[in-house]
Amino acid sequence: MRPRDAQYQLLMREAVRHALLLFIAAFAIVPLLWMISTSLKPPSEILSAQIRWWPDQFHALENYRDAFTTLPLARYLMNGAIVTAVIFSLQVLIALPAAYALAKMRFWGRSAVFGVVLFCILIPYHAIAIPLFLLLHVVGLLNSYAALVIPFTISVFGIFLMRQFFMTVPDDLVDAARMDGISEMGIVWRVMLPSAIPAVTAFGIFSVVAHWNDYFWPLVALSDDSYFTPPLGVVAFRNDDAGNNYGPLMAAATVIVAPLVIAFLLAQRRFIEGIAFTGMK
Amino acid sequence: MTNWAARATGQATTASLAGAALQPRKRAGTQTLAAYALLGPGIVLMFVLLIGPLMSVFALSFTDYQLGERTIAFIGMRNFQALVGDPVFWKALGNTALYVCIVVPGSVALGLGAALLIESGTALRSLYRVLLFLPVMATLIAMAIVWEFMLHPIFGLVNAMLKSLGFAPQNWLQDGSLALPALAIIGVWQQFGFNMVLFLAGVVSIPKYLYEAAAVDGVPNAWERFRLVTWPMLGPVTLFVIVISAIRSFQVFDTVHALTKGGPNKATEVLLYSMYAEGFEFFRTGYAAAIAVIFVILVLALTLLKTSIIERRIHY
Repeated sequence: MRPRDAQYQLLMREAVRHALLLFIAAFAIVPLLWMISTSLKPPSEILSAQIRWWPDQFHALENYRDAFTTLPLARYLMNGAIVTAVIFSLQVLIALPAAYALAKMRFWGRSAVFGVVLFCILIPYHAIAIPLFLLLHVVGLLNSYAALVIPFTISVFGIFLMRQFFMTVPDDLVDAARMDGISEMGIVWRVMLPSAIPAVTAFGIFSVVAHWNDYFWPLVALSDDSYFTPPLGVVAFRNDDAGNNYGPLMAAATVIVAPLVIAFLLAQRRFIEGIAFTGMK
Repeated sequence: MTNWAARATGQATTASLAGAALQPRKRAGTQTLAAYALLGPGIVLMFVLLIGPLMSVFALSFTDYQLGERTIAFIGMRNFQALVGDPVFWKALGNTALYVCIVVPGSVALGLGAALLIESGTALRSLYRVLLFLPVMATLIAMAIVWEFMLHPIFGLVNAMLKSLGFAPQNWLQDGSLALPALAIIGVWQQFGFNMVLFLAGVVSIPKYLYEAAAVDGVPNAWERFRLVTWPMLGPVTLFVIVISAIRSFQVFDTVHALTKGGPNKATEVLLYSMYAEGFEFFRTGYAAAIAVIFVILVLALTLLKTSIIERRIHY
């Protein structure tokens, strides 16, 4: 083969590659672009049959203002932030000591406890929603932040993940800390946690993404809209505005999707690795 | 990245075996108390929030309990008998299976294709990876509402595009034959980027010398390289991705609840939506628990399949 031909072939291959990838990328991002585009348009342009990606008349201010005033969107965002932050903190608080014990301590019943953890990973959370609902009803905690948080305080997946990570931490490190007279609890937070930051970050991304986006459990546990998280908020918005008020609705959707998407764009590698790492779940 | 945990397990067993041999027996006794102090909250919560509820769901499925009622009676298998005789249940099961059968091949093929295309060149790799992964990060329920707007029969973007290409507009979510496929397309859209990331990890881990060897052996073109090297090496990853996609799409709920409520005429009734509607809208708790039991068994079967694949990958 002559060098010119080889070069031509390479160029063709690249062209085909980009054409196909652009096509797939369009499928992936058109809904997001259309959402943003609609959130900038006045009603007359939204209801027109023509496809316009950029508004003639800029209506963003009105749409976003309506999104925040028709329903307490700011409150929903705050609820979402509180709930995801508290869930993740409690998960770490409970899972890390447990994971450390399972990874680095020898005690009677260790493999039995680990067996229970592995078994619990298999339980799909949708399936136990009914008893959890009844439980929270009996203790009178439905319709509260507690209702949104309690079922997720225990992350067996988090215990498993952190145990696997702690296994790779050298025993010498733990023994040295014990020699220094640090308590077991002290070892968890002062020795293990600093060495496990990458794994905790991966788990944090997994946890926050899952609970910011969760729709099923808040739907079950809440009827009072003052505790609504963003997913419930955007659906309430849609149902509330029975008309075709798409500008503010798309503005609300944009606001709800934005935090995770922006965080992702700022730390892509971390997010992709974190999601791939926790992909076993 | 998934290999990492597997490697950790392998190391761990050797490490703990060595540790067991070296450490005096007494150690285990003194550490037991301290260990359970650390494990305590976790163990209690596991029993209260996971194992207890799981057992309750099985127990409830044998009762006639209705939410808010003061009475509860054991009725044996009658909920399950009622399920077997309920055409809506079979419809839900069939629809769930159909949804899985569209989303799994769609999202796996698209994820694999995207991963291979991205890795086949050098330019703009990370840009494409980010763009294709965006749907995974976007809150599904908010995007479901965006999709509803895009699928609007009169001023939706999808119909506008179809019309400009010369096709007839469709009433996507109200047409009984189109509603489930429309939801499945949303499912593919949401999941394929996730699969792509898992495939990318798999593609990267294929040793380069295999391709060099193929070149030396005179493997003629890209397709042959794919057939002889890439595909066999990706086999275990692919199996794993298929099962993960199946588990995820089996749990479809958000789009159904927000967009179709199982309609039109039960065309999008799926298992999890039936359970939710029976349990939390009609308050037939016992009956909903029976659906949950079926759901658990099916998800468990899929999960065990996944676990056996992970184990196999360790020895791979």
